[in-house]
Amino acid sequence: MTTVTDTPLLRVRGVTKRYGARLGCGDVGFDLWPGEVLGIVGESGSGKSTLLSCLAGHLEPDAGEVLFDMDGGLCDTLRLSEPERRRMRRTDWAFVHQHARDGLRMGVSAGGNVGERLMAVGARNYGDIRARAADWLNRVEIAAERMDDRPTAFSGGMQQRLQIARNLVTGPRLVFMDEPTGGLDVSVQARLLDLLRGLVREMGLSAVIVTHDLAVVRLLADRLMVMKDGRVVEQGLTDQVLDDPQHGYTQLLVSSVLQV
Amino acid sequence: MTEAAYNFAYLDEQTKRMIRRAILKGLAVPGYQVPFASREMPMPYGWGTGGVQVTAATLVPEDRLKVIDQGADDTTNAVSIRKFFQRTAGVATTEATREATVIQTRHRIPETPLHEDQILVYQVPIPEPLRFLEPRETETRKMHALEEYGLMHVKLYEDIARHGTIATAYAYPVKVEGRYVMDPSPIPRFDNPKLESPAIQLFGAGREQRIYALPPHTKVVSLDFEDHPFDPSRADHPCALCGATDSYMDEVITDDAGGRMFLCSDTDYCSTRQKKGHRGTESAA
Repeated sequence: MTTVTDTPLLRVRGVTKRYGARLGCGDVGFDLWPGEVLGIVGESGSGKSTLLSCLAGHLEPDAGEVLFDMDGGLCDTLRLSEPERRRMRRTDWAFVHQHARDGLRMGVSAGGNVGERLMAVGARNYGDIRARAADWLNRVEIAAERMDDRPTAFSGGMQQRLQIARNLVTGPRLVFMDEPTGGLDVSVQARLLDLLRGLVREMGLSAVIVTHDLAVVRLLADRLMVMKDGRVVEQGLTDQVLDDPQHGYTQLLVSSVLQV
Repeated sequence: MTEAAYNFAYLDEQTKRMIRRAILKGLAVPGYQVPFASREMPMPYGWGTGGVQVTAATLVPEDRLKVIDQGADDTTNAVSIRKFFQRTAGVATTEATREATVIQTRHRIPETPLHEDQILVYQVPIPEPLRFLEPRETETRKMHALEEYGLMHVKLYEDIARHGTIATAYAYPVKVEGRYVMDPSPIPRFDNPKLESPAIQLFGAGREQRIYALPPHTKVVSLDFEDHPFDPSRADHPCALCGATDSYMDEVITDDAGGRMFLCSDTDYCSTRQKKGHRGTESAA
């Protein structure tokens, strides 16, 4: 599926967030085009999660703008009213948390978790909601007979897949992911990455993925941004940045990956 | 201290004024939970401190008060609150729904239809219908403000997924005038259709410090799914004393061998019917 368009889906300009005298992230800017996956890498404390929170509207940046392609062209999401921003968060946007517990309702069944976003946008037919929830659980490889179980009875990998299903059920255009594979063991990570890659390609999703795991961005991201001490030190095509790092910090980062 | 030392209906006039303001705001914005400075009352929380304060603020000396608990006029809660207002306000009391001007209730709406000159006061334990799914008060307030009520249907969805039908039998959530989702207090869902009433309905939650209200003839819709419509269910038995088939039933266990009978939960309704000569299977001839 290719759509030719001359406006980016997300345009970020000069986003800055300070924690008192310390810099969270400084003067970050990029364009994200429809169907594109942008990876943000960097070590702990480099400001990647702060940046993601600013983009997704969980934190208010001190300066800068986050423009999103809405019906009437690019629109600054930081200046939207709160109801509009919340509506966008449950329709056009999705946020996958590092810890599934933060993104799921642990006291509600898997089917209810997936159905919540549908009900939040006005679905009122039980049969339809259930059918769509079942379809999505199937797509993230959760067995149909687990539909009425609570996420507390799920393994870490299943919880993360459930969180993804819950976020994608309303067909968002932009997904923010914060370390989606963090805390999972490698074989489960591999399956999750495989699944994510399939979904991103199939649905033509645009995504911003924050991670410290270079393997994740190698597999998922089209483009890469490297952050250090709140600043972007290098950006470019993923393979280019990883295979021919220019900045000293990126070279350090790439050479620090353990080879098995 | 003599009883004469109490102000009329126990509360001081400033407090009553504050509560009346909350009530008026509640009536102006049907279904909206108005915060109020709930007072310490001479009874434990859970015994109707919210309802008692609302009643105290609405009572005038000419009123005739009826108090029911689960439909009955003669249970501990009902008797103690009725006595409380007899002593502190000196108002007349009654057990007849039709004759009362103010009715304080716990967990039921009387079977006899209410009329325009009446006020029904509910005792509310937890006024927030979204509480069990969203524990944060800041968040539930925001959800009410922005009309984000998807979560309420998640609760009903869970009911159907687990039990095959909407199993919420009491405190069944309603939408008021197409705007606020409201907890009608723990009345059985059988009573939900009666929430659309010519009487004024006031809800008081003492511990949670909230008052909300339904003005007369307010539109009240019980939430449901298109393919699982709301059903005001009722035990499928006639009353064993008066034979009524249209009232809400209490199930009473009579022995250890599985014996049971069904009785009207509304004692006034039942005895009025018996006086008119209606008989059930268990009534003395």
